[in-house]
Amino acid sequence: MGYILKERKNQVSVAGSCSETIDCNKASLAGSVSQRACVFCGSRVVLYPIADALHLIHGPIGCAAYTWDIRGSLSSGPQLHRLSFSTDIQERDVIFGGEKKLKSALNELINLYQPKAAFVYTTCIVGVIGDDVEKICQLVEQEKGIPVIPVQSPGFQGTKKDGYRIACEALFKLTGRINKPTPPHSINILGDFNLAGELWMLVGYYKQIGVNVNCSLTGDGRVEDIGNAHNASLNVVQCSGSMSYLAVMMEEKYGIPWKKVSYFGIEDMSEALYEVARFFDDQEMMEKARELVRKEFARLMPMLQWYKERLAGKKAAIYVGGAFKAISLVKALRLIGVQSVIVGSQTGTKEDYEIIRKLCDEGTIIVDDSNPVELSHFVKEKGADIFIGGVKERPIAFKIGLGFCDHNHERKEALSGYDGMLNFAKEIYSTAMSPIWQFTKK
Amino acid sequence: MLLRHTTAKEIDRKALTINPAKTCQPIGAMYAALGVHGCLPHSHGSQGCCSYHRSALTRHFKEPVMASTSSFSEGSSVFGGSSNLTQAIQTIFTVYNPDIIAVHTTCLSETIGDDLNSIVSKAQEEGLIPEGKKVIYCNTPSYVGSHITGYSNQVTALVKFFSKSTPRKRNVINLINGWMEPSDQREIKRLAKLMEIRTIMFPDMTDSLDTPLTGTYNMFPKGGTTQEDLTATGDSKFSIGIGHDCTENACVKLDEKCHVKYDVIDTPIGLKATDRFIMSLSHHAGLGVPDIINDERGRLLDMITDNSKYLYGKRVALFGDPDMLVPLAEFLISMDMKPVYVVTGSESKYFNEEMGKMLKDIPGAKYMSGELADTFRLHQWIKQEGVDMIMGNTYAKYIARDENIPLIRIGFPIADRPGHNFFPITGYVGATNMVIKILDAFLEKQDQTCPEEKVEFQL
Repeated sequence: MGYILKERKNQVSVAGSCSETIDCNKASLAGSVSQRACVFCGSRVVLYPIADALHLIHGPIGCAAYTWDIRGSLSSGPQLHRLSFSTDIQERDVIFGGEKKLKSALNELINLYQPKAAFVYTTCIVGVIGDDVEKICQLVEQEKGIPVIPVQSPGFQGTKKDGYRIACEALFKLTGRINKPTPPHSINILGDFNLAGELWMLVGYYKQIGVNVNCSLTGDGRVEDIGNAHNASLNVVQCSGSMSYLAVMMEEKYGIPWKKVSYFGIEDMSEALYEVARFFDDQEMMEKARELVRKEFARLMPMLQWYKERLAGKKAAIYVGGAFKAISLVKALRLIGVQSVIVGSQTGTKEDYEIIRKLCDEGTIIVDDSNPVELSHFVKEKGADIFIGGVKERPIAFKIGLGFCDHNHERKEALSGYDGMLNFAKEIYSTAMSPIWQFTKK
Repeated sequence: MLLRHTTAKEIDRKALTINPAKTCQPIGAMYAALGVHGCLPHSHGSQGCCSYHRSALTRHFKEPVMASTSSFSEGSSVFGGSSNLTQAIQTIFTVYNPDIIAVHTTCLSETIGDDLNSIVSKAQEEGLIPEGKKVIYCNTPSYVGSHITGYSNQVTALVKFFSKSTPRKRNVINLINGWMEPSDQREIKRLAKLMEIRTIMFPDMTDSLDTPLTGTYNMFPKGGTTQEDLTATGDSKFSIGIGHDCTENACVKLDEKCHVKYDVIDTPIGLKATDRFIMSLSHHAGLGVPDIINDERGRLLDMITDNSKYLYGKRVALFGDPDMLVPLAEFLISMDMKPVYVVTGSESKYFNEEMGKMLKDIPGAKYMSGELADTFRLHQWIKQEGVDMIMGNTYAKYIARDENIPLIRIGFPIADRPGHNFFPITGYVGATNMVIKILDAFLEKQDQTCPEEKVEFQL
């Protein structure tokens, strides 16, 4: 494995081999072609789906330009989150400070759009040039009477994961502002971003078993709902890497317990419903959940069997943002006869990687914060047929003749829940079995 | 309505950009460096910058885009990024082994004052740069100019670091590319080849960002201007800079450094700009224009006249980069269309002068460049008095949808359609492609929305 950087050796491990735990949660080595992003990116993706809030980026134009409507987080109402707002910092602002500019930008925007709240993201140089963003936010908040929340997310101050934490702190500030009566059995959904309308499917499942979704953080999110989030009985957290900070904070302050779930794949989706039913200790709810699972299972299995027969023996490489998602993917792929031979993530924890090691077949390569060179070697070594990853991996996968499934921000099909499993199977099948590969593979 | 909040009345904005028509410098430097063979662009800043630029370029080209980052941390912002860059140089040559590392800065490394010259010199002294390998660099502070500035700075750096003048002058013309698609550059190469002119093109993204699927992945694709060619640009007899804002500085630098005279021309988009390009090539190479090129021009003219009634008087809104907008507006005017609103987020004197001249006879026409010139403003203008068509990057589609007008995708980024990588818009052939697209868009809309009794077989 000469293509693995010496310094990265401990970030790669093989299931079933030596018992060393994987080294993770560390900064990328300078000079690597890392697939990772920055603190700002982490904060921005978590808060982005709040559709009736203003998202103003204080910094040079790039940070606003690159995050302009790049995430398919659907909104059932306002579309304000899909616009790009920037203070477009210029050289003179670097010299004289950008506070005045920020204040007038905020005022102009609030007058124009009448948002329910404003998030002000600080980027790399804002702290360095000494702008007091907290102060400006306070001032504008008083003048305009809406929450104006600074999101201190200079890119260099850690990893994308730190950005998640900062976003959670910002969200936390919005909670507890409103008290609306909530029906019994109310939960908050944390960590679903309503990509391709996935949240709406989940809300439907919960409704069927008698659970009310009080607030979604943050898919199809609304400021007012977040203000009332503290009145739910339970926080159900998906994509734990990004949102468990918030769950912990809400548990401490409001005493709301939380559960970690995954909505991906039949197994995990069903377990999520059972978990919630167990929490409410409600026999009727549990029965409804069982009924729903039975019904969906009976509906899906014959269709999945069709895919399984055809996909049997195919091998997949997984490289995604969060490790929890990777775990679900391994299980879901198994269900349709596909073996995971490489499993990696950008932000996994030791515990996540331990679960993956136990879950995967012997010989599976497990990797943290990988790069294209490593990944393309791994893929060759293990003879993968399909790659599951994000935008930067896609063209490499295709170039080396692999099928590809986008399981990141840019997915266009809902992949959560029962219908999502079917979509996933279809997507894997269509890419792995495409007739085009007969013209490329030797 | 995605942009339901856009009001016709222009609000008074002092410090606010909404839906920009530009992005920041470093991505321009990264793009230009990808047009050099065996070169790895390196972003000296936080990880996010590099990641965003790679993602943005990948979405547009649907190609792997490789670049490394200095991965700044809290410590770098306090102590400077010199140790990050030194470490990065070692890592890159050990693992990825490019021939050249092209370092560009970011807002953060500029603000904390990293001196690339001294960091790289020190790395050289300490033997961290292997024999025959090169580390070049340019400054691209994100808070100055736009991606176009960054592109220009990188291209100028290529001259600064590579071009050499020897006593042996060669009968070669340098073609210095502005920001264009690989397909546009391929077309320009084809024209030069038809004229049997020896050229060195740089940067050259053909076979770098439009590579075929072969079943293998090469981190450094076969395309890109080679180091030898870059060095030899100093011995060429003449340079043609294609696109003012992107290439003028490089032309000037090459003249200063190696006394290669130059001509800066518009990107050959449309009839007149392509005429000027062909004439400049022909004149400076001392070679004639072959019939095959004249025929291409003739076929373009033929197509325009065949369809002129569908083009006449059509009001068009445009946004993008200055080097594209100037010849594009000129071309539309040549076809009796009216480019009524033209916007670029990149501050440009050349754009302002040319637009001022071109649009003065079109009543109500407006143009704007630089800060506060964004697509929100363009949309407000459209709301004040409508247009028949919008031309711009993928972000134009929200406006097109809200206003129910056809959209021609042109510029960067185009993230939702293929095609720009295959069909050039440069040269007479490229102009033909564009006219076909324009006509298709108008006529398709007419066929789908006109009353049933007015659907006609023959148009």
